[in-house]
Amino acid sequence: MFQRLPDRRGSITLLIDGAPIAARPGDTVAAALVTAGIAPLRTTPVSGAPRAPYCMMGVCFDCLATIDGMPNRQTCMVTVREGMRIERQNGARSLP
Amino acid sequence: MSLGDCDSHYDVIVIGAGPAGLAAAAVAAEHGLTTLVLDENAAPGGQIWRAIGASPLPDRKVLGEDYWRGATLVHRAGASGARLLASATVWSLDADRRVGISQNGKARLITAGRIIIATGAQERPCPMPGWTLPGVMTIGAAQTLLKTSGLVPSGNTIIAGSGPLLWLYAAQALRAGGSITAILDTTPPGNIREALRYLPALLASPYALKGLALLREVRAKLRIFTGIDGLAAQGSETLASVRFTAKGKLQELAADTLLLHQGVVPQINLAMAAGVRHIWDAAQTCFVPEVSANGTTNLDGIAIAGDGAGIAGAEVATARGELAGIEAVRALKPGVHLDEAAAHATLRRYSRGRAFLDAMFAPARAFRLPADDVIACRCEEVTAGQVREAARLGCIGPNQMKAFSRCGMGPCQGRLCGLTVTGLIADAHAMSPGAVGYYRLRAPVKPLSLAEFASIPPDEDATRAVVRS
Repeated sequence: MFQRLPDRRGSITLLIDGAPIAARPGDTVAAALVTAGIAPLRTTPVSGAPRAPYCMMGVCFDCLATIDGMPNRQTCMVTVREGMRIERQNGARSLP
Repeated sequence: MSLGDCDSHYDVIVIGAGPAGLAAAAVAAEHGLTTLVLDENAAPGGQIWRAIGASPLPDRKVLGEDYWRGATLVHRAGASGARLLASATVWSLDADRRVGISQNGKARLITAGRIIIATGAQERPCPMPGWTLPGVMTIGAAQTLLKTSGLVPSGNTIIAGSGPLLWLYAAQALRAGGSITAILDTTPPGNIREALRYLPALLASPYALKGLALLREVRAKLRIFTGIDGLAAQGSETLASVRFTAKGKLQELAADTLLLHQGVVPQINLAMAAGVRHIWDAAQTCFVPEVSANGTTNLDGIAIAGDGAGIAGAEVATARGELAGIEAVRALKPGVHLDEAAAHATLRRYSRGRAFLDAMFAPARAFRLPADDVIACRCEEVTAGQVREAARLGCIGPNQMKAFSRCGMGPCQGRLCGLTVTGLIADAHAMSPGAVGYYRLRAPVKPLSLAEFASIPPDEDATRAVVRS
């Protein structure tokens, strides 16, 4: 669990599987998901095991999610935008 | 700047905008070379100075002055004339110095007279029971959350591992008001004997006093367990508790977050895929590229600077970046007078004591050679036991191991299992990890969509290859 220190940034809203969560401008999607307590974020294609962001720097690929319709995005490498739509990935992807 | 605004050729392309990359780019551009810096993040600084231009932290004391000092180099590089392409992913580099780049759904190939790889370090894999559970992250990940989003741990937080970053992060998180239940110091108690040989050099290092001050700051406030064995993260959907023995006594602590760290190792995927020769570094327990003092490699015009050439910290990375930049200027503008003395002096000063740190924080056997039921490859969910079994059947290398088990074939491309798999095979056959070798890495070193691939503007050769005349 993580909590935010007070800062002067405004608030923006993302949708995770249609439900709104708050984020701050400059957050990565993964940071917003971690702050909102979204865990597990996904399940693996191999065994369906639960996963969530692990490295936060683009090397582990455990924070994958569908962002605005594009699957398998590294959420720790994408900066949030107002109204961004995040969908959890459970199991394997199919081609878009 | 966007990818479409880039030229098709530069004198110098620098890959990575951390300390080494920024220093190299500044030197090159200040001497009139057209210079492009590529970085995957939205802003320069690398991991060490992550979000330095945009940190939401109001209090400078939280991260400390070593962090804020990075602003000087970021500013210098910005004023040098080097162009930064941020939020750009480099997915290939070949021996002809052609760089494959994607940004915002589009891809291009851009060439350069000299390439300086400054891809830095990543945290060493920390295989242990339960390390894939949600709620388990690396200490570096938590530090990134602090730097970029002003997040501090709350609830029951356990920090487990070894190395300077553990103490630095614990101090930063405490200063920021974060909640930490305990630190489990997994440093093997025997390491100190080997490390003491290098004590005189450490005492002459600028890091010695800083390190001691951090240790004192953290030890005064937190419960520290040492002599750790049998560390395991437990839980079903998410982390619930952490189990371990400390000096032989079994402990179980409730946990919302477990932060792991076993030191850092060079990020080698791009350099290895390009064909740079790598060797096993026994002192740092990892593969490192073979580089000259100025960072040059076996590939003509391709150099490596910074922690990607061997772990040495931000100050040394900056100096190595300067030297690689100087080398590029010399190659492309013969006759220009350049003075290497200041960079060499920094290199010498901040290299002192590194051997102590390497020996003191060498990872425990349990993290290098995990127990059979521990997942070695997170992507393909291959256990250490499966790797050992394939080794027993006669598999002698990591590439053959892919065919046996699929380990290393998931999206992370071995970044989180390569060292473990090499280590397990080496141990099974009583060979050195250097003799076992590493995965054969290939481009694209980061995933590239077909749409991005198709967006690469065709050149004359590509057109000739498919169009009948």
